[in-house]
Amino acid sequence: MMGFQIVVLWSDVLIWLLVAAGLGVGVLIAKTPPLLAAWRRVGANRVGMASATVLLVFVLIGLLDSLHYRAQLESKAGQKAVYAIEVLSVLDALAAPLRSRNEKTYSAPFATRLYAKETIDLPGQGAVRDYPRLKHGGKHLGEREDEVAEDAAFTAFKAGVLSFVAWLGVFAAVATVNRKKSPKMKLREAAFAWDAVLLTLLLILLIAVPLFWLSGHYHVFGTDKVGQDVLYQILKSVRTGLIIGLVTTLVMLPMAVLLGIVAGYFRGWVDDLIQYLYTVLNSIPGVLLIAAAVLMMQVVIDTHPEWFSTAAERADLRLLALCFILGITSWTGLCRLLRGETLKLRELEYIQAAQAFGVSSWRIIVRHILPNLMHIVIIALVMDFSGLVLAEAVLSYVGIGVDPTMTSFGTMINNARMELGREPVVWWSLVAAFAAMFILVLAANLFADAVRDAFDPRAA
Amino acid sequence: MLKVENLRLGFTADKKILAAVDGISFAIEKGETFALLGESGCGKSATAQGIMRLLPAAGRILEGRVGLDGEPLLSLSEADMRAYRGGRMAMIFQEPATSLNPVLTVGRQIGEVLERHLGLSGAAATERMVDLLRQVGIADPERRLTEYPFQLSGGMKQRVMIAIALAGEPELLIADEPTTALDVTVQAQILDLLAKIQVDRGMGMLLITHDLGVVARMAHRIGVMYAGELVEVASREEFFTQPHHPYTQALFEALPEISRRGLKLTTIPGQVPSLAAMPSACRFADRCAHVMPVCREVSPPWREVADGHTVRCHWQGEAVTDDGTRHAVTELDIDPGKPFLQVDELKVHFPIRKGFLQRTVGHVRAVDGVALAIFAGRTLALVGESGCGKTTVGKALLQLIKPTAGSVKLGGSELVGLKGRRLRDARRHMQMIFQDPFASLNPRLRVGEIIAEGMGALGVETDAAARATAVAALLEQVGLASEAIARYPHEFSGGQRQRIAIARALAVQPELLICDEPTSALDVSVQAQILNLLKKLQAELGVAYLFITHNFAVVEYLAHDVAVMYLGRIVEQGRAEEVLRSPRHPYTQALLSAVPAPHLDGHAEVIRLPGETPSPANPPSGCHFHPRCPQAMDVCRLNYPAVTGVSGTHSVSCHLIG
Amino acid sequence: MLAYIVRRLLYALPILIGVNLVTFALFFVVNTPDDMARMQLGVKRVTPEAIEKWKVERGYDKPLMFNSAANGVSTVTDTIFFEKSARMFVGDFGRAEDGRDIAREIGNRMLPSLAIALPTFILGLFVTITFALTLAFFRATAFDFWGIVLCVAAMSISGLFYIIGGQYLISKVWRLVPISGFGDGLEAWRFLILPVLIGVVSGIGSSTRWYRTIFLEEVSKDYVRTARAKGLPETLVFFRHILRNALIPILTGIVVVIPMLFMGSLLTESFFGIPGLGSYTIDAINAQDFSVVRSMVFIGSVLYIVGLILTDISYTLVDPRIRFE
Repeated sequence: MMGFQIVVLWSDVLIWLLVAAGLGVGVLIAKTPPLLAAWRRVGANRVGMASATVLLVFVLIGLLDSLHYRAQLESKAGQKAVYAIEVLSVLDALAAPLRSRNEKTYSAPFATRLYAKETIDLPGQGAVRDYPRLKHGGKHLGEREDEVAEDAAFTAFKAGVLSFVAWLGVFAAVATVNRKKSPKMKLREAAFAWDAVLLTLLLILLIAVPLFWLSGHYHVFGTDKVGQDVLYQILKSVRTGLIIGLVTTLVMLPMAVLLGIVAGYFRGWVDDLIQYLYTVLNSIPGVLLIAAAVLMMQVVIDTHPEWFSTAAERADLRLLALCFILGITSWTGLCRLLRGETLKLRELEYIQAAQAFGVSSWRIIVRHILPNLMHIVIIALVMDFSGLVLAEAVLSYVGIGVDPTMTSFGTMINNARMELGREPVVWWSLVAAFAAMFILVLAANLFADAVRDAFDPRAA
Repeated sequence: MLKVENLRLGFTADKKILAAVDGISFAIEKGETFALLGESGCGKSATAQGIMRLLPAAGRILEGRVGLDGEPLLSLSEADMRAYRGGRMAMIFQEPATSLNPVLTVGRQIGEVLERHLGLSGAAATERMVDLLRQVGIADPERRLTEYPFQLSGGMKQRVMIAIALAGEPELLIADEPTTALDVTVQAQILDLLAKIQVDRGMGMLLITHDLGVVARMAHRIGVMYAGELVEVASREEFFTQPHHPYTQALFEALPEISRRGLKLTTIPGQVPSLAAMPSACRFADRCAHVMPVCREVSPPWREVADGHTVRCHWQGEAVTDDGTRHAVTELDIDPGKPFLQVDELKVHFPIRKGFLQRTVGHVRAVDGVALAIFAGRTLALVGESGCGKTTVGKALLQLIKPTAGSVKLGGSELVGLKGRRLRDARRHMQMIFQDPFASLNPRLRVGEIIAEGMGALGVETDAAARATAVAALLEQVGLASEAIARYPHEFSGGQRQRIAIARALAVQPELLICDEPTSALDVSVQAQILNLLKKLQAELGVAYLFITHNFAVVEYLAHDVAVMYLGRIVEQGRAEEVLRSPRHPYTQALLSAVPAPHLDGHAEVIRLPGETPSPANPPSGCHFHPRCPQAMDVCRLNYPAVTGVSGTHSVSCHLIG
Repeated sequence: MLAYIVRRLLYALPILIGVNLVTFALFFVVNTPDDMARMQLGVKRVTPEAIEKWKVERGYDKPLMFNSAANGVSTVTDTIFFEKSARMFVGDFGRAEDGRDIAREIGNRMLPSLAIALPTFILGLFVTITFALTLAFFRATAFDFWGIVLCVAAMSISGLFYIIGGQYLISKVWRLVPISGFGDGLEAWRFLILPVLIGVVSGIGSSTRWYRTIFLEEVSKDYVRTARAKGLPETLVFFRHILRNALIPILTGIVVVIPMLFMGSLLTESFFGIPGLGSYTIDAINAQDFSVVRSMVFIGSVLYIVGLILTDISYTLVDPRIRFE
């Protein structure tokens, strides 16, 4: 057993804090009936629950990718242990075959040969220009290179059947529990949209299991310029997208909530000051402010190389800095919304009743105003997510996104689009990145809609 | 002319259809006003919308027939129906403020009806519009045509609505609570106008209202609705002299009025059943004083008790005028010794900022020199129309709004300008109950937390266990079960919420409760419950009330002293008997006469006030009331009248006196 | 009205000063000019002399805010803040890294940017409002449902996909229009058609949904019921009553971006090789040309504030309640 050293990146800390906070909020919600009722409405929404299932899979991938370590290098006994410079995650370990089986350069999905001709030495024929055989993709086929379709289809079928059987198990378990809880009710009529969750689960299993099974033998989404498996890159991009989407909102949330409520509640010069602040920030075009801030951050990072012991740490800090910058440039919208809502709330009679009791302002804010703004905060949180994931791709393309060494949808697209000019085109990385991003963002959008419908008091 | 047969209307909710109107039938003759009377949620508005086929998106017409001169309206195509809507039948709505399109001129909004139904346009249309505006009593109609709704006052907007309705020369006018959102003096004007137009044009009118006074003023025949059904139909005379249905009788008896002073009002226990849980037999059975076993088994059939008077009830007894449920409430007639709260020259001005650099160019004089005295254990009613500043007075007393000038003395110590700890101490002595029971309780807190909040903040009860006991005792005192502690406000009805609000205010044992229209959002039967409770609490605890209201019936029933406000000032105040029986100020006289009384003989002479309350930003010179005063003199235009004492307790600000 | 506009303009001044200070802090305080020089020159050639030379060439050798070495007015004027930030108020943006005058460059590049952005804006507005109005008209029907599904799906697609996909399909596979570039005069339309089309399509999803929500909010208001009670046909109710009222919230969202059209679109311009301000900005970001980025930030803010003022003015045109105040 090789030793390893646990590496805790700052983004890991934040992401696990987020998980902890999520669980904490969950407990809190379970104790407050009005919030619980709203989440029950989300739970009853079929589309919402189906998309939540998809999101959960993404989150799971992201979480696995947020436990980092450095493997111990082989060293003689008695020597001080030396650890690899490369920081790996649990996901890397699980997907080790995907990560390590690199080809030389481009290869198409399910290909057995490279995408470019090279001069190869064939025994007996001398140097020939041909598409060389891949080192890993379809190796098990040996000479039967033309049987890729049959082999892949058969493997996929096997995996599909297996996953269906597994799903039946889950289905039976859910149905039994449901029957115990409410004997008369069919699953279809349950308060929680089990049918949607199970159906989505089936779909995910039917797609994911064969895909991963096949990825053991083939590069199912092809390989990129340096021969890395595209499926692996997609998996790694998920964490980046999640961090951008979640941490950013979380960074700006305290500021937006505090300033928005304070401005709306105290009014007067406090309000003027806060309004001035956000009008100034708002009037700088977002992309330009981000660009300026990222440029400046780059200068800081470049002039202080001594801060980072590994490339991963540097990329990680840059990612976090990007989250902060995005957060600082995007808090104004929520702040304005909360200010307006607070202005309305503070005129409500229960606030005046509290004032008549001489309840202190901060206590009124915490007890009466904040809980009645929670739905707006929650809606903003889920609504912003998808926009931020999309923004990351654009920013990375512009060159002001994540570190170029960090795998993300944006860097994937950015690297791949250079090859569109080739004849014939290298399309797979681009298509895979767009498709994965589409699924993530669509799920997030649909979930956000479900949450908004459930929490919006006008709809309720 | 209009014949509604077995009309059933429903609303879809969660894929189910709940019937909001369940098989009602009635007919309206030409030139007749038929009033649909009922409390909120009984389906009367849905009926009106159903007849016009204007139900909201979730509404469905389930079955029935609606015939206008024999033409079956419900089977017409939508395009054919449009020819009727706004043409042969027109409708006016409750909220004139939101029912007009804010971005179109008055002329445009009337003109499109003329164009649609009469094919009029251009000069002919303008001429007709001017004519219509004149008919509905709008002065300077040519100018008004080019104005936008926001430039008109509330009463004028409703007049424009009526003009729009009349433009298509309808034979049937449906008026859905046409005066509920208006002040009494304006209500009187609009009711007069509707009655006159109806007679002039010989229209049929379907009037929807919850107000027995409006019914008495307007209706020829009355249908009482309860929980989606008609329960009694009677002519006006029969209705007011011989109401048969227990529900109708209870509605009458729940009315607060002067003859019932010192008596407990009759209430209807419970509440209207929800659409989802409608009783299968008589829908009123659970709340009925005369309920019999048969009522829960068989839905009562229609029964004719007199010519044209039908009722849907199994019970055939006669109404008992007093069945002993009305225990007298002990009047706590404390001799008014030293006033407990003394208010002098109270002013609250809000600055108007305008122009370059937002300089203050003027003030809205919401409260402009008010003097009041509230005595321990007594009720002072502060009466006035909307915008007169009465709510601002209440809040300024509690220092929720900072007074601009004047003094509020609580037992000799000055409240104005107090801060922090000392203000908090003072607030223990008075608390407020608000108008809207839905906005006055934080939806995110449990009832127990809501009630305990003041105890914690004012340090009345610091021990948690003692506080819990106190909360339970308070709940019992306001007539709620102690299990309410752990529940949330949305689980309670409007009346119950108002009880919770009262318990919250009582929690700090105040000597004065400022009640800001506490019953105006409630139905009559629930209002009676709250009034009974307030009376009971006063008898038990000796708490004083400042009762802010526009409702004279409540004043008559409850108040010991009355102060009448107009445009930020008190124009008349005194003992209730003095002010209500022999009002001296022309405004008080007009107000009292404008209240529609729920009796046949209730409106001997109505003093009609022209116009509406002017803006407090720019009050008229001299006596603020002179532009509307029927007895205005030259001196009224020049200076504001001084306060003149009529008796030791009764004083008036009017040049006619003294 | 005039006093109102003047007041709004005066309000804009402190905001612009704020923007100016923020950018100044970002560009000169967070990082010193020395850091920037080191970055620009690359790690290898960094010598104190080279840094000094780099700073002198660009005028970054002066004190930040206060020059204690100078006399009189120049204690304030002979500083980086005055030379680099405050002078932007009079339209003096200095020179880019390649030595060109930034103000002139901006002037030259505005038109191509506008040539793309304006048609995209107008066409997009027309298409989305029409679509949203249609959805609202057929609300709660299958058409509405699938329209919304389409919108959500369209919203979930990355903007980059629209551009890359559109370029690939229309220009490369079908060869209908040139893939990128820009021409002068009448020839320009061949280059414009694809970016405009892509710009419109990529905005359909979110805008349509937003407008539909606004329309639906109006549909449920009381005055609409009044209009129906008059017997007006549904089309008239929509076009005369609902559209007019819905325009008010829609205006807030769109008028503010009109001046920003001058700034062009970063993505579109760089993908299609349009010599506008968007590609200028991207090039400057990639080349780390701080003076250009700084200038663009300032111009962007000015345009935004102009947009805010225009929004207020447009309100008075649509909403009589404000017009007559």
